[in-house]
Amino acid sequence: MDYRDSPAEAAFRQRLKTWLKERSREFPPTGGDAYWAGQAAWHRALHAAGFFGLSWPKEYGGQALPPVYDVILDEELARAGARPRPSLGYLVQGLGRHGSEELRRRFLPPMIDGSERWCQGFSEPGAGSDLASLATTAVRDGDEYVVRGHKVWTSYSDVADWCLLLARTDPDAPRHRGLSAFVISMHQPEVEQCPLTMINGVTTEFGQVRFDGARVPARQLVGAPGEGWALAMTIVSREREPAELGFTARYGKLVRDLVTGAGARPTGKWQPSADLIWAYVQTEMLYTHVRRRLSERLDGVAHGPEGSLDKLLMTETEQAVGHAALAEAGTADPELLSAYLYSRAQSVMGGTAQIQKNIIASRILGLGAS
Amino acid sequence: MDARLSPEQRELRAAAAKLADSAGPHSVLDLSDDGRVARLEQAVAATGWRALRSDGAGGVEVAIVAEEFARGLVDVPFLGPVLADGLQPSPEPTTIAVDGGAVDARGISRALALVGLEVRAAQVGDAVTKVDLTRISAKVVGPWQPAAEISPAQAQRWRALALVATTADLLGAARGAHALACDYAKIRAQYGHPIGTYQAVSHPLAEGLALIEGSVSILRYAAWAVDEAAPDDAIRAARLAKVYCARAARTVCETSIQVHGGIGNTWDCLAHVYLRRALAATELFPVRLEEIDCGLS
Repeated sequence: MDYRDSPAEAAFRQRLKTWLKERSREFPPTGGDAYWAGQAAWHRALHAAGFFGLSWPKEYGGQALPPVYDVILDEELARAGARPRPSLGYLVQGLGRHGSEELRRRFLPPMIDGSERWCQGFSEPGAGSDLASLATTAVRDGDEYVVRGHKVWTSYSDVADWCLLLARTDPDAPRHRGLSAFVISMHQPEVEQCPLTMINGVTTEFGQVRFDGARVPARQLVGAPGEGWALAMTIVSREREPAELGFTARYGKLVRDLVTGAGARPTGKWQPSADLIWAYVQTEMLYTHVRRRLSERLDGVAHGPEGSLDKLLMTETEQAVGHAALAEAGTADPELLSAYLYSRAQSVMGGTAQIQKNIIASRILGLGAS
Repeated sequence: MDARLSPEQRELRAAAAKLADSAGPHSVLDLSDDGRVARLEQAVAATGWRALRSDGAGGVEVAIVAEEFARGLVDVPFLGPVLADGLQPSPEPTTIAVDGGAVDARGISRALALVGLEVRAAQVGDAVTKVDLTRISAKVVGPWQPAAEISPAQAQRWRALALVATTADLLGAARGAHALACDYAKIRAQYGHPIGTYQAVSHPLAEGLALIEGSVSILRYAAWAVDEAAPDDAIRAARLAKVYCARAARTVCETSIQVHGGIGNTWDCLAHVYLRRALAATELFPVRLEEIDCGLS
């Protein structure tokens, strides 16, 4: 056990710090549309400078570094008040693990370097927690499939080039076995964007898409027909891990902004509220937790139901930070109010808190069916 | 950066867990079984773990044993002697005193206290009743005698160790209370099913496990920092860990009582013994929320 940086890690951290310092004027406040809209440029800048895709294979544009480098990245992004890294680790893992070599070579490099944008077409109005009940269909037509259905919470779908889509290809199979995964182009007239406005007014994050006869080549099936559920499980289990999401940087930045008061506070008299101190304690907990989890990967620890514990801790932290924003600024500051309102989504997105607790109760604690 | 326990540290954990499980109390009745307590005392004394610090072990090792002993409700001294050994090793059984009272003093006649940079020693007197049913507190009989002088850095590290050891006690108590509740939820049936199959019961238990995992992570860094970080950073990390783990442990112990229902509110259910141990560990070297610096320093 040694929490210190190795010489190589320290050199990486120093290079990153210097790079971030040069860009510190470009960092936006957290929360609004401008924040989400700037993520694409930030993604490309991070990758071009050698600070993104750190632990992914070199042949796809990663650097094959140990997972703990992502911790260093998150810590320094938070310290600098920068945007978090793009959260597409779960897509990379899903395509990397279930896609053919041909698909990986075609799609992973531009996904990782940020030149092509992605969204995830899983949830539907009628299939939220019960994902396997999804109703979108893909019907074979020669060398193509024809897709009809309605996807929701397809984050960034309005700017996406590609969608990793889950659709039913065999209506007669048992419901988990009739699903297949596709890489479908978003640039076709049969794909209609109907973005939803989130409770904080943000319009660019919570996507909604209708597929009305959109076409996808059969060679862009990920895995074999009927193997969509396995890919979905790979993705949602990664989607639950803060290490893959890089959100720790966003929480750290928010707490930092609240503590320093962005220079607007009269000096001398201010004491942090109990909610702010607690949010700080939680963010520090999450940093140590991510360090521990990423260290455990050195032993080849598999991604299992433990991801649900990580997701609950991440949710607790984000919502504590949201409460701290309220305690410090009330509803007067639009950015902080937006951050608070957005925090309510964390216990729903990527599998609700209730679903995470069901997974923990049945698969870790062995309490029986939930 | 590597946050994993070493193979030796994992072996230490397994050995401490085994000892606690074999001779620790398994019921409230066991607490007054003098024969069992004597066997446990003999077993703990034989390990030499009370002298971990003077044997050169780090904060991580102390935390490992403290956690497993609290999980198993070990009711012979460890925390007091191991902290006393960290101040000044002695062949005579010695515990520590805080605010004029000796803690963790079963069968121990001498106590050390740290006042500023001065280590003082005094004799231990009569036992006093406190919240914790697994550890005996006692009066200190003066006069205090100077025993040693330590450096400011040593004093800081010792205070960090005291915070870490009591935090490990909190984590262990939470784990024990949680395991007790999970076991009960699997066998207690209502409406024809084990209560653990109902979300109203299983969800608080799932939340408890998340709190325990967060506690493991924040404590592990603090335990490492006792010896490896700058003294001020070690204190800072230990305060953060204690605040987090104290709140987590109280919540988990309260959940354990709730899951046990009516039984959980009786003296004979071990759930309150864990809660009491957690409350005592919270009050021993307490940390107030206002002492957390929010990264301002």
